[in-house]
Amino acid sequence: MTTVRAPGVWKRSANLRIGFLYLLPSIILFAVFLFYPMIRTIYLSFFLTDQNGNAAVSVGFENYSYLLTSPAFLNSMKATGLFVLYTVPVGIILALFFALLANEKLKGIGFFRTMYSSTMGISVAASSVIWLFLFHPSVGVFNRILLVLDFPQIQWLLDPEWALVSIAISTIWMNTGFSFLILLGGLQNIDEHLYESSRIDGAGYFYRLRRITIPMLSPTLFFIITISLINAFQTFGQIDILTKGGPSQSTNLIVYSIYREAFINYQFGTASAQAVILFIIILVVTLLQFKLVERKVHYQ
Amino acid sequence: MRDSTLKKVWIYFLLTVTSFLVFFPVLYAFMISFMSGSEILQGRFFPEAFNFDNYAKVFDRLPLFKYLLNSFVVSLTVMVGQLAVCSLAAYAFVFIPFKGRDLVFFLFISTMMIPWEATMIPNFFTIQKLDWLNTYQGMSLPFFALAFGTFLLRQHFKTIPKELQEASQIAGLSRFAFFWKVILPVSKTSLVTLGAYGFLTTWNMYLWPLLITTNSSVRTVQIGLKQLQSQEISTDWGVVMAGVIVVIIPTLLLLFIGQKQLQKGLSQGALK
Repeated sequence: MTTVRAPGVWKRSANLRIGFLYLLPSIILFAVFLFYPMIRTIYLSFFLTDQNGNAAVSVGFENYSYLLTSPAFLNSMKATGLFVLYTVPVGIILALFFALLANEKLKGIGFFRTMYSSTMGISVAASSVIWLFLFHPSVGVFNRILLVLDFPQIQWLLDPEWALVSIAISTIWMNTGFSFLILLGGLQNIDEHLYESSRIDGAGYFYRLRRITIPMLSPTLFFIITISLINAFQTFGQIDILTKGGPSQSTNLIVYSIYREAFINYQFGTASAQAVILFIIILVVTLLQFKLVERKVHYQ
Repeated sequence: MRDSTLKKVWIYFLLTVTSFLVFFPVLYAFMISFMSGSEILQGRFFPEAFNFDNYAKVFDRLPLFKYLLNSFVVSLTVMVGQLAVCSLAAYAFVFIPFKGRDLVFFLFISTMMIPWEATMIPNFFTIQKLDWLNTYQGMSLPFFALAFGTFLLRQHFKTIPKELQEASQIAGLSRFAFFWKVILPVSKTSLVTLGAYGFLTTWNMYLWPLLITTNSSVRTVQIGLKQLQSQEISTDWGVVMAGVIVVIIPTLLLLFIGQKQLQKGLSQGALK
């Protein structure tokens, strides 16, 4: 960096060398398993590939133009968008409701907190198998309830109209535990004094919720909204076990579509192009979050 | 006075009903795991008797012990690996000031914008070229570095008074000794949080083990569940649910024990 032969350049750069040494494991792993494959994915998205995933024929933007005109891919994007819309708002409102309830200082509240957070300890595979049973056309609990109430039966996972909704319901359940834990943590970080002074003013519960709780919780809320959005775009396991993308492609969400294109159809070029599109979506979501947090969120 | 009692009753009511609904699927799966085929067809909630036939059967039909062992090995490896790699990086970010540190920090932040699924195709071929398909290292090594984990530990390290570093330098401790003998012991709680988080997420991982295991040598329980479900589906729900219960018990226990800790630690790591 400097040509000055002052004594101690080596010594003064000691921090730099040692610092890098401590960071080296992370840097190497990120380079090998994140940055390199991301660049490679972008590269492959401009090629047709052979069976071993090597670039064979350069096709420029053809993979992208093919995707953007392919009804199957557009359908997959639409399903993904709908899925995000079904799961994120409901999931967060539900988790917030649970967190508000569980934030009351009552006897035995620890038990309820454990119940609400329990789904975080249950894997996507296990949850999916449980929900596969709950959605079962004849022995499943939902259709049994419908039968008792004398409503028509629903082919939850087999009906193209219902399959995505069914997946969304099970996904909301799977994510409740994590969102709940994060939101409860956020609620508990709010300074008690804020509430005490408002109580003296005689403010009601919902007034306090709107004027104190939600604004003070906004950093946590933004965090969990971003995480939920990203998670929704990355949904895979429940699709693989519950519907395999069907019926008639109605639940073929983007990650499942990438997986199928790459590891079942061996079309690594178009699969990579889909992966790049996924990357761009996530990038935009994250950047938007950063921008919004800077401007809007209320920090103490 | 009567007002607040009424409010309490109302809250307890909501708590009971909603938490029951949340826990119902698990409870139901637990009940089903003790039922015979005909009991399930009848639509009962409680089994006639708690016998463990289905559990015996599930260990018979799948190499479930092997899968459980694999899951433990992979989850523990990732947990230890993450703790080592993340704590070293977090230490550098807090205690070793050097030029360009902010740039490296930005690099870490940028990793959070790359969805892992967008990189899985080249990663699969990397592992294949290393001849690491069906190996523990192929299952675990890609997940050792974690920006979230680094930030979580950095948050905690920042609360450690700088005077401690000066004192240790005067006492003649080397940097690594300071890291190993002072920083890590006082950060036990954060390390436990990250460890539990790492174990939990690895135990529950699905897509990566699905891609890189082709036989039962390192296959994890999650893929075992998929196998079980596709083998047994029309026949024996009791056996399938017994498998589910076996698979979720370790992580549920971990969560029940560490719930308070996780909640505190995760919300700290979430917000700078």
